[in-house]
Amino acid sequence: MIPKNIKSWLDSGTPWIWLNAGAVSVSILMVLGLLTLIAVRGLGHFWPASIAEFEYMDAEGTNTLIIGELVDHENVPRSRIAETDIRIPEDMDFIDRYLIKTGNRDHLGMDFRWVVGNGMMDIRYPDELMAVERRAWGNLYAYLVAVKQNGQDDPADNSSVWDKFQQAIAETAVVHDAIEHIEKDLIGEINFSMERLRLQAKQLGDSGAQALLAEQQNQLQQQYDSHTEELSRLYAGLGRYSITARISDGSEIELPLSQVVRAYRPNAMSLFAKVSFYLKKLWEFVSDEPREANTEGGIFPAIFGTVMMVIIMSIMVTPFGVIAAVYLREYAKQGTLVRIIRIAVNNLAGVPSVVYGVFGLGFFVYFIGGNIDELLFAESLPSPTFGTPGLLWAALTLAILTVPVVIVSTEEGLSRVPRSIREGSLALGATKAETLMRTVLPMTASAMMTGMILAIARAAGEVAPLMLVGVVKLAPSLPLDANFPYLHLERKFMHLGFHIYDVGFQSPNVEAARPLVFATALLLVLIIIFLNLAAIHIRNKLREKYRASEQH
Amino acid sequence: MNNCYAGKLAGLKKQNDHGHTNQIVYIFQYTGSCNKYVINHTYTCAMSVSNTETFLPDFNDAAAIRYRNYRKLKDVVIRYLVAIGGSGVIAAIVMIALYLVWVVVPLFLPARLEQVASYSLPGGSEQASVYYAMEEQHEIGMRVTDLGGILFFNTTTGGIIKQESVLSDPSRSVTSFAAGDPAQRLLAFGLDNGSVLLRSHQYSVTYPEDKRLITPSVTGLLDGKPIRIDSIQKRLMLLSAQSDETQTTIAAVTEDGRLLLVNLALQSGFLGDGQTVERIDQTIQINTNTKVTHLVLDVEQRELYFADDRGWLYFYDISDKTAPQLLERIRVVHNNARITSLQFLSGGISILIGSTDGSISQWFPVRDADNNYTLQNVRNFDSQTAAIHSMVPEHYRKGMLALDEAGNLGIYHATAHRTVKIKQVNSGPKGMLAIAPRANAVLVEGSNGELQLWDLENEHPEVSWNTIWGKVWYESREQPEYIWQSSSASSDFEPKFSLTPLAFGTLKASFYAMLFAIPLAIMAAIYTAYFMSPGLRNLVKPTIEIMAALPTVILGFLAGLWFAPIVEAYLPAMFLIFIMIPLAILSTAWLWHTLPERIRLRVPAGSEAIILIPVIMLVTALVFGISKPIELWLFDGNLPLWLTQELGIAYDQRNSFIVGIAIGFAVIPTIFSISEDAIFGVPRHLTTGSLALGATPWQTMARVILLTASPGIFSAVMIGLGRAVGETMIVVMATGNTAIMDLNMFQGFRALSANIAVEMPESELGSTHYRILFLAGLVLFMATFVFNTVAEVVRQRLRQKYSSL
Repeated sequence: MIPKNIKSWLDSGTPWIWLNAGAVSVSILMVLGLLTLIAVRGLGHFWPASIAEFEYMDAEGTNTLIIGELVDHENVPRSRIAETDIRIPEDMDFIDRYLIKTGNRDHLGMDFRWVVGNGMMDIRYPDELMAVERRAWGNLYAYLVAVKQNGQDDPADNSSVWDKFQQAIAETAVVHDAIEHIEKDLIGEINFSMERLRLQAKQLGDSGAQALLAEQQNQLQQQYDSHTEELSRLYAGLGRYSITARISDGSEIELPLSQVVRAYRPNAMSLFAKVSFYLKKLWEFVSDEPREANTEGGIFPAIFGTVMMVIIMSIMVTPFGVIAAVYLREYAKQGTLVRIIRIAVNNLAGVPSVVYGVFGLGFFVYFIGGNIDELLFAESLPSPTFGTPGLLWAALTLAILTVPVVIVSTEEGLSRVPRSIREGSLALGATKAETLMRTVLPMTASAMMTGMILAIARAAGEVAPLMLVGVVKLAPSLPLDANFPYLHLERKFMHLGFHIYDVGFQSPNVEAARPLVFATALLLVLIIIFLNLAAIHIRNKLREKYRASEQH
Repeated sequence: MNNCYAGKLAGLKKQNDHGHTNQIVYIFQYTGSCNKYVINHTYTCAMSVSNTETFLPDFNDAAAIRYRNYRKLKDVVIRYLVAIGGSGVIAAIVMIALYLVWVVVPLFLPARLEQVASYSLPGGSEQASVYYAMEEQHEIGMRVTDLGGILFFNTTTGGIIKQESVLSDPSRSVTSFAAGDPAQRLLAFGLDNGSVLLRSHQYSVTYPEDKRLITPSVTGLLDGKPIRIDSIQKRLMLLSAQSDETQTTIAAVTEDGRLLLVNLALQSGFLGDGQTVERIDQTIQINTNTKVTHLVLDVEQRELYFADDRGWLYFYDISDKTAPQLLERIRVVHNNARITSLQFLSGGISILIGSTDGSISQWFPVRDADNNYTLQNVRNFDSQTAAIHSMVPEHYRKGMLALDEAGNLGIYHATAHRTVKIKQVNSGPKGMLAIAPRANAVLVEGSNGELQLWDLENEHPEVSWNTIWGKVWYESREQPEYIWQSSSASSDFEPKFSLTPLAFGTLKASFYAMLFAIPLAIMAAIYTAYFMSPGLRNLVKPTIEIMAALPTVILGFLAGLWFAPIVEAYLPAMFLIFIMIPLAILSTAWLWHTLPERIRLRVPAGSEAIILIPVIMLVTALVFGISKPIELWLFDGNLPLWLTQELGIAYDQRNSFIVGIAIGFAVIPTIFSISEDAIFGVPRHLTTGSLALGATPWQTMARVILLTASPGIFSAVMIGLGRAVGETMIVVMATGNTAIMDLNMFQGFRALSANIAVEMPESELGSTHYRILFLAGLVLFMATFVFNTVAEVVRQRLRQKYSSL
């Protein structure tokens, strides 16, 4: 028997209201929780974590020294760990496990290692432990023993080893930058010109022109040779310094400085030093190129590719979307047909993006691209120029994908322009076109902006269609460079969203790459939330504005 | 009123003959009609100017007219530009659907078979033909005659390019002939002295002066010498042979009815040089009154089939050449019918049997429960009525051509169980047949000594309604199944294009997603729209709507790499949380109810959601805290393992549960936002009326508002469903992407959208696979389009209803 007061409470329906309120709370918590998770994981990655050193006793009872960062912790029931483990007391049901980033993949065979908390003894954080970021093989955690020049200790220099090391890194970095400049920019340019000459030669075919081309080719070859000479000189300089470091198993290893990006001693760092290091890393993340199969370094090409693609897309989508909206709202005869079209356009915004990808691949890439190749780039066939996924096709596909957004938004803006304004303009003798251009469209500008921003926000986050029409995990060159015609629409590009998918799921070392994926996700989320908030803000302002004008 | 502007300015006249030097008078004349009134106004306007010269041009001044014309032109041009541009953009959007259809349609187009040439038999009809073949480009044909002649000819003109005879000794004669697997181009001639000659026809392609030149040649196998099959040198009446790099197997029936099997295996010498041939001779014992009519060896040289004149098929396992073993003897044709043709389908697994009644049956060995292989009649083709005289399999696909004695040519595809085409080709009762390796041309030997070349266009025979949506019995499988398996390493692979498991995966994902999203989104919408304080609502709504903009690749990444391991580790918590949170909410509500009014009234109405936030956080933390002890206590510390071992429920780390929550997360804002609008838009007077009549707020909500807004909520669910169906990245990243059909919540699936994203970049332009992926895209397109249209129509109706209320 239910007490009476409970029954009346149930009958009032209040519990239902509370349950509904609970649904709101759960939704809000999920959204905020998700954003917090991404933010914490994404931003935490760049903080210089302390390096621990401890004696570790494994299940058989043998001791080893482990050096590394504590990355993760979990509490697992005993049954998930081997039964015969001498370290764990019989009555212990749960065991702490720690994930240690031990680095030194080239020496230890793995970056990460789960250790059982019970086996960890004598944990300490010595100041002298250093972390070295390398160009290959991930981080190195070790004690610095000596800095060598041309394989020799330099006894004349009596500054501290660590200072010498830092100085050597700085010197090597200069050489490294010079090499990169020659390899990427200068030689890249020559290769580009060479390829163009080769295609010209193929096109011309007759011997007179061939000779001229051969002449030019010779010149390029000479330039190329002088660059390679310079390069070999620089490479010799690059190999000048090396260090000796002692790693956890006590062995001393040699590391040439050409392999070193930077070195730091987190345990010895002050808070201020850590903050400045953190900011430097953050900057590197957004401005640098990826290293080691995208699992280290920055994501600049992906940011650049995303921005490039979005810009090209908005250049295409905005005018066409606006024209279509103006046509539908201002010129087309309002009737059943227009209503059907409007519903169809609305619906297209809900068609799965991968379908647009399929369309883009079939129609733009294979059909239009294939024909462009045959007409304009016949000399480089059978290797396709436009008949293969690329920036232009990705932008076009996303333009088609987002054009309904612009149309809907602009139409809404047009419908909000008060009738009196149109009529006033017409009454003053303006033609319809003039009314449109001088009064209606300027008033709709913010609606168009909203549409464009929403389109950009949608395009920036789409990945599925891009997988079909132009995105790659690692693009050899940016779509914008110093070689004519500067903007290379046919090139493949990198994209933040695809970067997340690729690094998170296709990378050989997912564990090491995960923080980086969180950071990339954070960046993408921030961009998209920012764009959406801007759109919402503009839309609200717009409403205010017209509410005011409607009241007059 | 609009009409009033339709009039035109009839004239603008300047009058400066008033004598006032400083004034100019303009007369505006306006003619037009307003409704039914005709207006003809004249306004006079006086203007002061500083000098006698006017700054305005004369109304009829050439410049003014030019300017007016220019404006008019601009108006017209813009009108047309907008019309063209606008309808162009709309047409472009609509074209997407048309383009998808355009790519898909060729899948279902019928085959085309046209005769392109006909000429008298190359080499004359004195000798009878025993075999025809064509090379890759079908420029050159080859005819083999019963006297051992091999003639190469131009397939369009019939002109002989090269001819030779295999018989070097004129006293011998050819008594039987067999061709090996068409892709191996092996020819075997049985002689009257019990020997066999093995030849291979080869084609070399060169490009002198950039033109393709194909040169045919005949080479001998195993040094080209005759191979003695029958030690007592009887005539070989029936022959079958197969040869590859390592071994050659020949089966033959002698004139006295013995069935002989010879295997020649190439053994490399110890030092890599000098190869020796190891020979195995076997006689297969057959009943003396069995008259063997057809004999075939499979391309792997592991199976031997022969047919007798009473409709029985014999199936031997000869994988061990020293001990051939009869696996089965089975009657394969209808009563009174006899076997008239016996052929392997490409790949050498299925055997095709043509009979006197014109039916063709497909058989292959199927493994039963005891691991024994028995021949099963997999499918039958009954499109032809006259005895099947000759059959040829396609070289790389599971299709075949059959010629009957009435001169009908039938084109079939085995996997699709499809009669692609039946065409009268006038081949007569003894017609011969050959198909080009690319299955794009057919040679038919006609009844009156002529050879016909037919152009065949049969791009996608493997597709039928049944192969895409139905169960198909694929080679080497135990029963008909739904399978998606688009590619494999081997070339004689039978592609399996069933979209059913993929569509099932899509529906499974949407089902779990909607299960999670619908209650949460609609309940949240109800509260936000009706009970929540307006200030809070302005904060909550955009926050949830921001979720809609969250790229799904991020949700997929989190689901696959962050959420999936958590679910696996805290599975009991996942079950508990769905019970504990509602319970906690209800108990909080009761506690709140029992609080003294003094405290209750201090909190503004509509803040329940805020009060609940700490409660929910606390309960979640609690549930996760007790998850491990519960798992240890009840499930041996490992619930996923316990599920598998005790309940037989397989557990994948990336499973439908995870995907359901992730996609649910993605569609919650959509459903929430649209249903919130619908509920919020319910006219105020309905609710106030209900409340005034004494209904509680909840009664008003349940009986009045929900009822009125239900079409809007329905359309929200439809749009959410449309999004869930097409969701790609979450599905790619958070499931195993294996195409299994299983309702189990803890197993993965492969969805249509994910399948497209994964396979499309690798599929070859124009291939069947490519078009089927387009078909998958079209299916998705149609599904979402239908959902969205229904939603849109319902929503528009609702809008009309609200405005009339």
